[in-house]
Amino acid sequence: MISKEQVEHIAELARIELSDKEKEKFSQELSSILDYINKLSQLDLARTESVSQVTGLKNIFRKDEAENKDPNTAEEILRLAPARKGKYFKVPKILD
Amino acid sequence: MELKDFSINKIHKSLIKKEFSATELVKLYFDRIKKEEEVNDFLMLTENLALEQAKKIDEKILRREKPQGLEGIPIALKDNILVKGYKTTAGSKILKDYIAPYDATVTRKLKEAGAIILGKTNLDEFAMGSSTENSAFGPVKNPLDQSRVAGGSSGGSAAAVAAHHAVAALGSDTGGSIRQPAAFCGIIGFKPSYGMVSRYGLIAMASSLDQIGPMAKNVDDIKIIFNTIKGKDDFDATTLDFSQEKEDFIVTKELKIGVPKEYFGSGIDKDVKKEIEKAIAKFVNLGCAVQEISLPYTDYALAVYYIIAPAEISANLARYDGIKYGFSSSEESKSKPQDLLTHYLYTRAKGFGDEVRRRIMLGTYVLSAGYRDAYYNQAQKARKMIIDDFQKAFSSYKKVDFILTPTTPTPAFKIGERKDPLAMYLSDIYTVPASLAGLPAISMPCGTVNHLPIGIQIIGPQFRDQAVLEVAELFESIS
Repeated sequence: MISKEQVEHIAELARIELSDKEKEKFSQELSSILDYINKLSQLDLARTESVSQVTGLKNIFRKDEAENKDPNTAEEILRLAPARKGKYFKVPKILD
Repeated sequence: MELKDFSINKIHKSLIKKEFSATELVKLYFDRIKKEEEVNDFLMLTENLALEQAKKIDEKILRREKPQGLEGIPIALKDNILVKGYKTTAGSKILKDYIAPYDATVTRKLKEAGAIILGKTNLDEFAMGSSTENSAFGPVKNPLDQSRVAGGSSGGSAAAVAAHHAVAALGSDTGGSIRQPAAFCGIIGFKPSYGMVSRYGLIAMASSLDQIGPMAKNVDDIKIIFNTIKGKDDFDATTLDFSQEKEDFIVTKELKIGVPKEYFGSGIDKDVKKEIEKAIAKFVNLGCAVQEISLPYTDYALAVYYIIAPAEISANLARYDGIKYGFSSSEESKSKPQDLLTHYLYTRAKGFGDEVRRRIMLGTYVLSAGYRDAYYNQAQKARKMIIDDFQKAFSSYKKVDFILTPTTPTPAFKIGERKDPLAMYLSDIYTVPASLAGLPAISMPCGTVNHLPIGIQIIGPQFRDQAVLEVAELFESIS
């Protein structure tokens, strides 16, 4: 079970604005999904090793060097920004 | 020859014999796609790119140079795979105007091999869904029955191949997104072992599960494309190098097949079950030995998936902030001055659809303080049990060579029929376990139920992708 207030809290952590109606809806839907996935609590896995990936690869390092030296790349990427100023991304104000 | 009869090899031979030019072929496909646009399988056609590629190949043939295997072959790419200079939306409003600044590794390899890219196919938003109904650009219709879904999330790629709008297509599979739509549309869909194909330039969903793979009408086409796109890539550190490895697997008629009893329980449609049993009997007739096996943690796989995938989704999709690229809240409220937090909240509320928001919130919840142990950590341990289930079946316990299961519990359902998110999740119940274990798995068409195609899934041991394809070819030859 996940309450409307909990949904409100998660949505804020996830940076998603929800209307009152949506909070209601997601609280119901997420509760039924959580009910289902709660079946994992039946398993005693205290001694089981946990896995985060399947290939067993360890950290793979490379030199910290730029490979792409194309001078146009920066412009191609900046062109995708909703708002920019010269060579910078434009960000809404953070401090008053 | 008609579009429905085309395969990579047939086109290759026709191009050499000059029965048609690559340009004529590409135009034939575009005409067909446009005539049947109600299928809604393509989000965008890359006509200029395709015609330019075709022209180069025609010139080469005119110079009497022999084209390579994939040269001039028209294929489609799921719209979460980047093609430089063209829109890549991932089926989301938040990326509706995003122009890819580079080629995905698979795109680069296909271009270098001379494959012609026809366009980008429709998908559930950010590949999250099992019906393509979560696309911000409308659902894909199943070409075999337009009142039904094509499956998802690679529904556009599956429909494009089934409708003969492309010879083959690439899809991506996180929990079944290649295999399930392939089954629903009556085509073949192959999810390689995790680590076989680079995801560089694939828009990330759940990074410990995402894998790119081919969708086509025959196993030979699947093999040609897989062998073109696979391999180690410096831009995706999870890829492995298998170029030196020799395949010692020889398909004999004495293969040992495991049939896990957990895949034939109460959830399966009884007619689907009958068809799968008939298909298994065909292997027995060949001389293969069938054994019932047990994969006891199967019942927990979907729960594990719906913790791990959303957790990774919530992290991967944090990048959509309306600042670096994509939809921004400032587009819809130009006059209103905003602070940064309000900007994030509005951008992500308006840019993401319901299923994406649901999974981001679910992932945020299972990773949040106080819940992480009960959900995320528990799921990572249960994932180990699922991996061990398969390993035991392939090695110590029954030593089967491969495993056969249904791909889906039912045939394609009606558009609009599954409104409840959990009911939709259950569509992937038979495809999720192989994803969690990173195993190669292919869905092959096998019979119909009420005129709707269904698929049988062949799962092999980790990194035995070629073996799975051999077995698929064997099945193709007897069905």
